[in-house]
Amino acid sequence: MTIAAISTAVGEAGIGIVRISGSKSLEIANKVFKGNKVEELNVSHSKRLVYGYIIDRENHKLVDEVLISFMKGPYTYTREDMVEIYCHGGIISVRKVLDLVLKNGARLAEPGEFTKRAFLNGRLDLSQAEAVIDMIRAKTDKSFETSLNQLEGSISNKIKEIRDILLEMIAHVEVSIDFPDEDIEEVTYDELEESAIKVKDEIEKLLLTADRGKILRDGLNTVILGKPNVGKSSLLNAILRENRAIVTDIPGTTRDIIEEYVNIDGIPLRIIDTAGIRDTEDIVEQIGVNKAKETVEKADLIIAVFDISRELTDEDYEIIDIVKDKKSIILLNKIDLPNKFTKSYFQSIIGDKQIIETSIASKVGVDILEKSIKDLFYSGEVEIYSDAVITNVRHKNQLEKALENINQALDDIKNYVPIDCIEVDLKNCWENLGEISGDTIGEDILDKIFAEFCIGK
Amino acid sequence: MKEIKTFIAGDYDVIVVGAGHAGIEAALASARMGLNTMIMTMNLDSIAALSCNPNIGGTGKGHLVREIDALGGEMALNIDRSFIQSRMLNTSKGPAVHSLRVQADKKKYHIEMKKVLENEPNLTLRQGEIIDVLLENDEVKGVLTRTGAVYNCKAVVLATGTYLRGRVFIGEVNYESGPDGMFPSILLSDALKEKGFKLRRLKTGTPARVHRDSIDFSKMEIQPGDEEVIPFSFLNMGKDFNIKQEPCYLTYTTEKMHEIIRKNLHRSPMYSGEIDGVGPRYCPSIEDKIVRFADKPKHQVFIEPEGLDTKEMYVQGVSSTLPEEVQLEMYKEIIGLENVKFMRSAYAIEYDAIDATILKRTLEHKEIKNLFFAGQINGSSGYEEAAAQGLIAGINAALNIKGEEPFILDRSEAYIGVLIDDLVTKETKEPYRMMTSRAEYRLTLRQDNADLRLTEKGYKIGLVSEERYRRTLEKKEAIEKELERLKKVQINPTKENNDFLENLNSTPIKSPMSLYDLIKRPELGYDMLQVLDPNRPELLREIRLQVETEIKYEGYIKKQMMQIEQFKKLENKKLDPDLDYNEIKGLSNEAKQKLNDIKPDSVGQASRISGVSPSDINVLLIYLELKRREERKEVNE
Repeated sequence: MTIAAISTAVGEAGIGIVRISGSKSLEIANKVFKGNKVEELNVSHSKRLVYGYIIDRENHKLVDEVLISFMKGPYTYTREDMVEIYCHGGIISVRKVLDLVLKNGARLAEPGEFTKRAFLNGRLDLSQAEAVIDMIRAKTDKSFETSLNQLEGSISNKIKEIRDILLEMIAHVEVSIDFPDEDIEEVTYDELEESAIKVKDEIEKLLLTADRGKILRDGLNTVILGKPNVGKSSLLNAILRENRAIVTDIPGTTRDIIEEYVNIDGIPLRIIDTAGIRDTEDIVEQIGVNKAKETVEKADLIIAVFDISRELTDEDYEIIDIVKDKKSIILLNKIDLPNKFTKSYFQSIIGDKQIIETSIASKVGVDILEKSIKDLFYSGEVEIYSDAVITNVRHKNQLEKALENINQALDDIKNYVPIDCIEVDLKNCWENLGEISGDTIGEDILDKIFAEFCIGK
Repeated sequence: MKEIKTFIAGDYDVIVVGAGHAGIEAALASARMGLNTMIMTMNLDSIAALSCNPNIGGTGKGHLVREIDALGGEMALNIDRSFIQSRMLNTSKGPAVHSLRVQADKKKYHIEMKKVLENEPNLTLRQGEIIDVLLENDEVKGVLTRTGAVYNCKAVVLATGTYLRGRVFIGEVNYESGPDGMFPSILLSDALKEKGFKLRRLKTGTPARVHRDSIDFSKMEIQPGDEEVIPFSFLNMGKDFNIKQEPCYLTYTTEKMHEIIRKNLHRSPMYSGEIDGVGPRYCPSIEDKIVRFADKPKHQVFIEPEGLDTKEMYVQGVSSTLPEEVQLEMYKEIIGLENVKFMRSAYAIEYDAIDATILKRTLEHKEIKNLFFAGQINGSSGYEEAAAQGLIAGINAALNIKGEEPFILDRSEAYIGVLIDDLVTKETKEPYRMMTSRAEYRLTLRQDNADLRLTEKGYKIGLVSEERYRRTLEKKEAIEKELERLKKVQINPTKENNDFLENLNSTPIKSPMSLYDLIKRPELGYDMLQVLDPNRPELLREIRLQVETEIKYEGYIKKQMMQIEQFKKLENKKLDPDLDYNEIKGLSNEAKQKLNDIKPDSVGQASRISGVSPSDINVLLIYLELKRREERKEVNE
């Protein structure tokens, strides 16, 4: 089946691209295209741009003036024959061209279907295909860039490096077992330990990127906490005003929770605003606190807001209890009003946490808050692997399994367990990593493929 | 060829061509399963010939011998009758890779095996040269001998070893010959070619045999056998062998010898290009070793006796294709062989083999019914590998005739399964040798538990005797009972017990612990803790070993079982033998071609074909899943 879709974002733009893929691409293109000089597109035009017109031959109408490019498979994105039509941008023109293409034998592509075909036809490995899906869904430039790196094979390359170390270990073990009488040097436990530590370190480094990777992919789960009228809504509005809101998403199931996506210098923030606490004036206090607690459990970051112009109440102390053991930033708001307590007093009850004094209404301190969020994100060793970042849950799970196996092997090496037993864990580790790049065939990969790429639905 | 006058000489169910290690097991299996069987060899004096080295077993190979035994084969019993030295290799490693290797008395091995064949009911032993397999509509009908005898039969097992168009090479000299001065089998090779079989050339080699009295053993390191002799056959466990073991000797090559070899390399047919056949990499000639490991100043040489009634000694590690005069000159440069006297020269032999990917996993030809192949003709090397295939071919020939389900072992069940799956799935470019690293699940495929794994299967197909089956069941029960008992024996943290543990360099216990858990500690073992276990029953060594292994390696074995489950999933995804892989979009061209050639019976087998990549397998899996969904949809509609 030949498929077609608009491949550029819908909206005002200079050009828009309609893409066709499948065995009938050329045939369909010739049905809708009339070249200025070229009578009919054929293989000799492959990968060349041809100038001409899209014509509705049924109604003898000119639809658009275009450049068209026919690309002969298999050296194309999907490995199939492909055609790209570069139309004038804007909604109407591109839409009309697509309609005409569909009328002439193509089927509308499902989301991600070009990538699906690229994967099925062997153009992309699993990790690359996953990257494309992530790119399509990317929420910020930064997460797009990470997915792009993955597409170029940065994860696969890193995984391959680690697997090579493991393979060499396994080979040494095998030789020692299979040729006991030859005068070759048997593998020593010291050598095995050294290599195992290397593998462990590499896996751990990759895993360290996973948290940041998840944030890049899904956004930093941020909760704004505070009792009524401390300035939560103003804070949210201030952040939203200064930064581009990406999506506003109100799940139908719970009316109480509002999520906003914000992009702070490339870091996607998924702000969860608990209406439970915001509007508790006439609702039982307890409900709001419980809900807040629940949300807090899932949060990557809590911004707790307190009103410095009022005495601390029981509600405030409850919030202090909640955030004490969490990654959080404390805002003492309304510093422009007469203070009822001091920052140092608050510090003494909250412990080792960053406290920012703000006056959100007059925009004081919001920039400091944003900088703090960025610092938090970029802290630690996370930045080392700027190219290979784990963004995918499946990859993370496999890495965790691999880590468990290499740790087991390392334990056994230290206890001088026979090498053929140690090898079981080395092989498992090797296979876990192979499942990331798709070099190992596992049933769960199949499940993944069917879940992600909507095959056969 | 002159037309020969033929006559009908007899009727058999199964005829086995060749009485080497493959042929013997095939013939015995078929006869013991009740079929009227004939085994024909070109020379009755070459039955069960150990034409190359005088040993049986070793890493991986020892596992095969144990498995053959567990299934009711003869190799283990026969070597137990004729060994002159026994060693367990790899004892410093885990129990899964312990490997038994013994030295055979070659003559005795032959004589004892000949007796077995002669005394087997349902089996006819005959000397003769089979020159054709008679087919009708792609089905076996009989064989024709060189003397014109036609034997009608229902199935044929070809186990031609190195005889098929054999050609011996010694330097610039080469001539048609079977191994060790036997006649080659040329006409059968012609007949197979005429039938359209693609035959390829493989090669193997053997070193010189030298006179014991010409060796200076004082310059060598003596290699005695193990004090405790462990038999190959499970039927002989616990038996007192009471033999005086013959030692082997270890010595080394010298730089001077290497020089002679380098100077004469051009005279080796391997290097002048006269030999087309491909030899095994892991069993290299001395020339190969010198060339490939040029910086190694010396190589190991083992001197091994060929038997008790002979002064011939085997010089392991120095097989060669150099001219005889060069051989004589260079062997003298091996330490201790300064005055060496040759009895037989080293030679290489080239022979015909098929590409075993034309076979099913029963070793039957995919298109020609009841034509089986076993041993070196399938591209394997080694006595044990040959015997294992012979056994499987013989069993399946018998089952075919009886109209019963085929007998196939998979990779998770036996080394035999690994061997045959590799042979029929991968294109082996060199003679295939079994190694433990080829077995993915070797922690469970141990040589010590081959009976527990396979004897019941052998019993079900009628190859294993009541006696053997009963013994295995008893052993299984004893092991399980002892494991249960050990879980219940509590060791208390008394001072006495903890002193005992500390003496064994083990940490004292703080709360009661079962003996079962105590045995798990790496520094402890079953036998060591006897003192703490006054009510321990008296058990055979093999049972104690099983108990200890099961406890100590429980965790690893469990992990391996999970790997096996994963493996079975792909193995159970069956592929239609009529599937045209050209129709499946997304497969690479190489994969399409290979899959169409081999027609694997499962996705698992497909994944092991070289040239079929993981992404090809993903494509296959998706194809199958889509087909399944479509079929389900049709059913629903």
